[in-house]
Amino acid sequence: MPASTVVRGMRRIGAGAINAIARCGFAARFFVAVLYHSPSAFRRLQLTAREIYFAGVLSLVVIMVSGLFVGMVLGLQGYDSLNKYGAGDSLGIFVGLSLVRELGPVVAGLLFASRAGSAITAEIGLMKTTEQLSAMEMMAVDPLARIVAPRFWGGVISMPLLAALFSVMGVFGAYLVGVRLIGVDNGTFWGNMQAGIDFWPDITNGIIKSVVFGVAVSLIAVFEGYDAKPTAEGVSAATTRTVVGGSLAILALDFVLTVFMFRGMANV
Amino acid sequence: MNPNPPQPAAATAVAATNAIELADVTFGYNRRQPVLKGITMTIPRGKVVAIMGGSGCGKTTILRLIGGQLRQQSGTVRVGGQSVRDLSREALFALRRRIGMLFQFGALFTDMTVFENVAFPMREHTDLADPLIRDLVLMKLHAVGLRGAAQFKPSELSGGMARRVALARAVALDPMLVMYDEPFAGLDPISLGVVGQLIRKLNDALGITSVVVTHDVYESLKIVDYLYFVSAGRIIAQGTPDDVRNSTDPFVRQFVDGEPDGPVPFHYPARPYAEDLTAHAR
Repeated sequence: MPASTVVRGMRRIGAGAINAIARCGFAARFFVAVLYHSPSAFRRLQLTAREIYFAGVLSLVVIMVSGLFVGMVLGLQGYDSLNKYGAGDSLGIFVGLSLVRELGPVVAGLLFASRAGSAITAEIGLMKTTEQLSAMEMMAVDPLARIVAPRFWGGVISMPLLAALFSVMGVFGAYLVGVRLIGVDNGTFWGNMQAGIDFWPDITNGIIKSVVFGVAVSLIAVFEGYDAKPTAEGVSAATTRTVVGGSLAILALDFVLTVFMFRGMANV
Repeated sequence: MNPNPPQPAAATAVAATNAIELADVTFGYNRRQPVLKGITMTIPRGKVVAIMGGSGCGKTTILRLIGGQLRQQSGTVRVGGQSVRDLSREALFALRRRIGMLFQFGALFTDMTVFENVAFPMREHTDLADPLIRDLVLMKLHAVGLRGAAQFKPSELSGGMARRVALARAVALDPMLVMYDEPFAGLDPISLGVVGQLIRKLNDALGITSVVVTHDVYESLKIVDYLYFVSAGRIIAQGTPDDVRNSTDPFVRQFVDGEPDGPVPFHYPARPYAEDLTAHAR
């Protein structure tokens, strides 16, 4: 291989690494700037409430329907596996723990990144492309305070609520299949679930996860929109990065959080 | 026209009478390729001044430097006597409250109605009661002839109407200075004339200063008091509309007459044509 090709290749890798580090630094500064401007998002609560509506309320259908089906499948698969070991009556606790600890926050987070995260990125990216953000700046209105911070907090507040609703619908789906369809005893289903799931650590861990996922996905969504190249292609690429980056961030953070939470539980 | 004439009469007046002063301004997005090279211009208060030149010559960059969205590498940009680069963020935002800007395609907020767009700066920067804001917005929209379109969404407007709404929004807070970025681009002849006349009338009626970045020579000559021609990041000619009409400067003539070739070449620099065509044979 000619030396010049090797040098060119190394240069490309080096440039890519420097760009990636620079972008991480910019994202960190952006996060600090969003936090700095956050008080305005709460002083003008109607702006944040509007974003909760767009990110949260409009995501309800996909979250609830997905939760219902995931719960129904979990009921069928769970009962089939548990029944082989004569533990079919434990379906309630199995479904409850799976949803509250893992599936609720993770699947709701993935759906949130696809539905709301992509919409936030596309909206901010298009505002940049059509010079609406520049116009706002020239009107002495900071887009970070007026546009970005309310969307960020709208996502952070919506995400745990959506995850909770996902889990509720999942449990309901498992109840429909397990109790109504298969015939698991109603009292056993709910009684086992009540006895086996604690508010601390099971439910609180699920809430912590969904809040962390909400922060990660919302930050990625607003950052990608704000940093998008102001072209149709640029907005399209930014939207894709939000969905891919948001989903990977959720899966990676889930592993890290689960490790810490599992260690915490083991020490109790 | 002299490419480097003495400053116009208005420009030699005392600094206080100038709304904008640029002195030896150099700017580039990177150090190797400066976009502006030693730009010096003065824009007196109460005048309509056009900055003209081909696409990509740095006209819009000048507006962004005046508005503080970009910072020059050297030289000074003064607006209302204040050096823009030296302003704190708060002071810059205070200055921007006295500046209106009309973007090339209006930059109207697409999730708001026409009414809400014009009301936006008032709601953000004043504590005026809603009934008063309503009256003020209707007055601004009436001035641009679009009071009847107050409840339309920007997507329901034609290009010319959107530009007029953006104009109403730009003067919503009665600024001292309004900057227009390509206000005539993509407009039909009627809309073009309407927008041109509105720029002149609003300037005179409100006693503001207007800076118009454009490449529409004929429309500009009808409404402006003074013109600067920019090419490749430098001011290469300037004068009153009459100076421009009578100019023998080759660049000005090419621009005014719309000649495809001249000081601004038709062809982008490339190796000889024959060499390119026969390259594959070799």
